[in-house]
Amino acid sequence: MTVAETVKEITRKHLTENNGVVMGQCLSAVGWVGGTVPEMPGHPNLIELSMDDTCSSGLAAGYALAGRRPIFICRYQGFMHFNQVFFTNFAAKAKEMWGYGVPIFIRAVAMEGGIGPVAGSSHHGMIIRMPGIRIVAPMTSGEYTEAWKDFMEHDAPLYVSEHRHSFSIDHEMTDLIHRQADITLFPISAARLNTLEAVKLLEKEGIICNVINLLWLKPLIAEDKMLNALENSRFGGMVVDTDYENGASKCIACDLMQKTDKKVGVMGLEERTAGFAPHLDNLPPSSEKIAKRIKEKINRC
Amino acid sequence: MTQTGSLTTPKEIIRMFSKETSLEVFWRICLCRNFELNVKKAYDAGLMPKIPIYLSLGQETATAALSVAFPAVKQFGQHRGHDLYLCYGGSPQELRDELLGLPTGCAKGMGGSASIHSPKTGMFGHDGLMGTQIPIAVGYALGSGNKTLSTMGDASAEEGYVLGAMGEAASKKAPILFVCMDNNLSIKTEVKVRRSWTMVDEAKAKGIPAHDLKDDPWLIMHYIEQIKNNLPAFLNIRYCRELWHAGTGCDGPPEWNRYELVRTELIFLGLLPEVKRIERNAAHQMDNLWKDVHCPTKEKA
Repeated sequence: MTVAETVKEITRKHLTENNGVVMGQCLSAVGWVGGTVPEMPGHPNLIELSMDDTCSSGLAAGYALAGRRPIFICRYQGFMHFNQVFFTNFAAKAKEMWGYGVPIFIRAVAMEGGIGPVAGSSHHGMIIRMPGIRIVAPMTSGEYTEAWKDFMEHDAPLYVSEHRHSFSIDHEMTDLIHRQADITLFPISAARLNTLEAVKLLEKEGIICNVINLLWLKPLIAEDKMLNALENSRFGGMVVDTDYENGASKCIACDLMQKTDKKVGVMGLEERTAGFAPHLDNLPPSSEKIAKRIKEKINRC
Repeated sequence: MTQTGSLTTPKEIIRMFSKETSLEVFWRICLCRNFELNVKKAYDAGLMPKIPIYLSLGQETATAALSVAFPAVKQFGQHRGHDLYLCYGGSPQELRDELLGLPTGCAKGMGGSASIHSPKTGMFGHDGLMGTQIPIAVGYALGSGNKTLSTMGDASAEEGYVLGAMGEAASKKAPILFVCMDNNLSIKTEVKVRRSWTMVDEAKAKGIPAHDLKDDPWLIMHYIEQIKNNLPAFLNIRYCRELWHAGTGCDGPPEWNRYELVRTELIFLGLLPEVKRIERNAAHQMDNLWKDVHCPTKEKA
């Protein structure tokens, strides 16, 4: 199954078997959110919201308090600038404030550029600093299913940093770990794709890379194999993100450095605003850019 | 502040309600007033933590009427909600402990004055951002189908997400009563300085039945009788805040004193003995509740 088919099936079951709700703007419009929402027009649990980005996440929080475990869909992750407040300031804090959870499955869908200053790529960096919220960035069906299972087993909001590039992926992604690697790469979301291409480019030049795919951004699940791979890498590591560097990637790099004796760098969107013209866009690092940066890092050491 | 219109309750409206109902409203008014007067006394004497406190003195007649006429509903309020908490049956002792920052408080000390809650009586906590309770309440009402009360102030009503959520409630027929407790002030800035429009017009524009009332409890109960089965509905209730926005300061006597007006009406109804008994009992209960704070025993001190 593709990721899109998996999401669609999870959603269908939630609507029809759990009395759950799915809510968002223009759900039934072109493509049903990239084929991830079951085509069930008029279903009472499929809630078309008004275009007011400022109140919609509050409505979702209310549905969660009513026990409906909403799936909230934000079709462009950049729209989380307005939507996030009820997730981060209410839902994420409710457990500590009042003892009850506000479980919301927040589907925040990233594009790969091409749409100007707001909506471009991932924006999980806006969320990561707030206590009480969990963040996951699945790219495969298996990972998506794991995220959903986790959501249903907890009563906290779960921020799912999706990427449209994942929707057509129909295979699992395994980590690449070598006994004697030069560097360990930690790609996030769709950066995994360019990272894999970069690894091939670097291999041709004799540079051996580990690749540890980061699924959980918060809490960072630093498994032994991840830390050992980093510790055994000659030149440390690099977190590769689809968001700005001053966000999740630096948090994760810092965590990894605190747990090992290795330096970990970061790559992500450039520190500038994206424009609409193709030459002014701000895209996640290309495979060539990743390879160049890795070579620079190795040469410096 | 000048809020025009008669302060006198039409006699035919008072006669619509039984003596018992009127006295129950008066009991809740006295309960709130005596609780708050004790808070003020303790706060002024430095016997409480210096957290921001938002006393509801002046608005309790409206809230008492709401709780009698619109009972057994879930409640979403914000700061200045001691009266909402008490009128709907929240434990005075747990509220006292909350204000004292004790683990036995209704929110174990996390809620302070502004973010109190009472699961037993259906009151949800507020996250501290003005007006966020409105979208959450609308979501709750839609998600649960339960009748819901959500209160706001005349300032928080101006938040964009409040207006958006009211639109959602209108579109989807949420079973919710919105109440704007209108003291004409945002801290000390009057409504006329802040906006040129009214909340009643906003509600009506969205197709929500709306009324602009003074804090006359009988009038409020009369209107709730008319609208409570035709939700969503909106009431703008004008009242005089007796103390400062936060803390216990006072800028002089209120433009009108609804407590005294209600008391006078009850005496006209021949209920002076009952009025005196209620006043005595409420004062006794609340003074007793606070006596250890005002006069700590040696051990406790």
